[in-house]
Amino acid sequence: MNSSGERPVVDVAFQGGGAISAAEKGDRAKILKRLRFGDNAFRHVTRAAAIAVLIILSGIIFSLVYGAMPAMQKFGITFLFDESWNPVTERFGAIAPIYGTVLTSLIAMLIAVPIGLFIALFLTELCPMWLRRPIGIAVELLAGIPSIIYGIWGLFVFAPFLQQHVQPFLISLFGNVPVLSNLFAGPPYGIGILTAGLILAIMVLPFITSISRDVFEAVPPMLKESAYGLGCTTWEVARYVVLPFTRVGVIGGVMLALGRALGETMAVTFVIGNAHRISGSILAPGTTISATIANEFTEAVGDIYTSSLILLGLILFVITFIVLAFARLMLMRLNARLGK
Amino acid sequence: MATLASGASSPLYAKRRRKNAVAMTLAYLATGFGLTWLALILGVLFYEGFSGLSWRVFSEMTPPPGASGGLLNPIIGSLVMTFLAVLMGTPLGILAGTYLAEYGRYDKLSSVVRFINDILLSAPSIVIGLFIYELMVAQMGHFSGWAGAVALAVIVVPVVVRTTEDMLTLVPDTLREAAASVGLPRSLMIQKVAYRAARAGMITGVLLAIARISGETAPLLFTALNNQFWTNDMNAPVASLPVVIFQFALSPYKDWQELAWTGALIITMAVLALSITARFLGGERKKS
Repeated sequence: MNSSGERPVVDVAFQGGGAISAAEKGDRAKILKRLRFGDNAFRHVTRAAAIAVLIILSGIIFSLVYGAMPAMQKFGITFLFDESWNPVTERFGAIAPIYGTVLTSLIAMLIAVPIGLFIALFLTELCPMWLRRPIGIAVELLAGIPSIIYGIWGLFVFAPFLQQHVQPFLISLFGNVPVLSNLFAGPPYGIGILTAGLILAIMVLPFITSISRDVFEAVPPMLKESAYGLGCTTWEVARYVVLPFTRVGVIGGVMLALGRALGETMAVTFVIGNAHRISGSILAPGTTISATIANEFTEAVGDIYTSSLILLGLILFVITFIVLAFARLMLMRLNARLGK
Repeated sequence: MATLASGASSPLYAKRRRKNAVAMTLAYLATGFGLTWLALILGVLFYEGFSGLSWRVFSEMTPPPGASGGLLNPIIGSLVMTFLAVLMGTPLGILAGTYLAEYGRYDKLSSVVRFINDILLSAPSIVIGLFIYELMVAQMGHFSGWAGAVALAVIVVPVVVRTTEDMLTLVPDTLREAAASVGLPRSLMIQKVAYRAARAGMITGVLLAIARISGETAPLLFTALNNQFWTNDMNAPVASLPVVIFQFALSPYKDWQELAWTGALIITMAVLALSITARFLGGERKKS
């Protein structure tokens, strides 16, 4: 079905009238002309809409680059490595927010990926049939809950809980272990890098579960049945048949979740503490790119301050763009393999 | 048979079974663990939110600290901006999705648009806020409800593009051929036949988009900003439920924090209701 296929249709209709008067023929020609015009117009409008999607993306990139220009000119490449963030002297650097963004997402992935994969394994291999739908639906509904809900819960419930029960325990547990004592040093603030990472983990968990379940379900039953027929255990089927077959899809799904975690704003902003420094301890407050922007943008005075925040946004966009593009390529490879 | 039977009691076999048991236990534990956290979040949300839920919440303005009040102006602000965003974003999304599925299913432009659209679908929403800030707020010189609505519309578009394309792709080609064979021009075939066949799915897409934007906070922070009072002027800053929750939750005042919980409950209920309706309409829809 290509665009050249529509002309004959109209022409056949035009000729197919048989014995009709000249006047009717004229009317008909007029109508057909209008139809053809409408046809072309509609096609061009939809094409323009498709191109508009590209324009939105280039608009985002262009406006961020434009807004970030003053900061880029002032700081240059050192912006990426400077730890200072001082609105008074107007010296800004991105390394602390980048560090916080990467570290919180890393913590989230370390926790959510294995758990999410195991839940997906449960849903596709172990769960009784009648329970699969309800749990699957619950997981997908939870994936749609706005991130601000996770944020407010993290602030009022989770952070105090960590502060009173978990963090003192971690500090005393690792206090005498050489490397880990630095990682878990300092007073239990409740809020901080670790808390933000844990909230992110809970938030992306339904997301990872939902994607990996879809991917696991795409494995041809024949493959799994053959392995079971050979006497494989459920774990062996999952480990040596399902996972290898779906590897690119799982990686794609994990990268999608990572993209979410990196760019997540509200769930993190509530509990990160907004401190512009790099601390060795993951219990200490820190900041992320999105939290910095959310907290400071409306209060930023002066061109350089605003521009630095936009430059941060540009860096975030570039990072997530790369991660998401990679994720999509992986998922496309899985679909190609499945012959979709 | 003999080797098989002896194999069954061999250490190797026992080891495999042990490994399997460990992995299966982990799978059960992981599911229990995940569901517990999520149940905890919803449980606390209902517990904290319900106590503040009363008619006042829907009939009074946001209060100054220390006074009582409701969430009327942010609720209305959210509704209006969501409505405008859907009004702007949906036609664009449906048309672009139509091009991808009907006209250019296999051409180069479509594969690029599809790729970019998928990236926009998961792009950080705060970046979209910055984009609209540069595009509108910085140009007009003030925050406005319009800027908030446009920012939300930018989030609506990729969702609608995606579902429209998916749903139109599911429409069987025989329907299109039947329409063509009675002499229907292609544009009318799409509008009268393909759209009708895919209608439920396309509405699902719009509902999902509404669900997605009704909780979005980040893109509104510096576009619509916030407003303590009622406003009919979309050129002025407009309050929205998520931004008010953000502000109230981080405040030191007890009344504000309670209102924040109530607002959070309202948003969650709305989003869940929308997703359930969408699921009900769309039936067994797959998304990726």
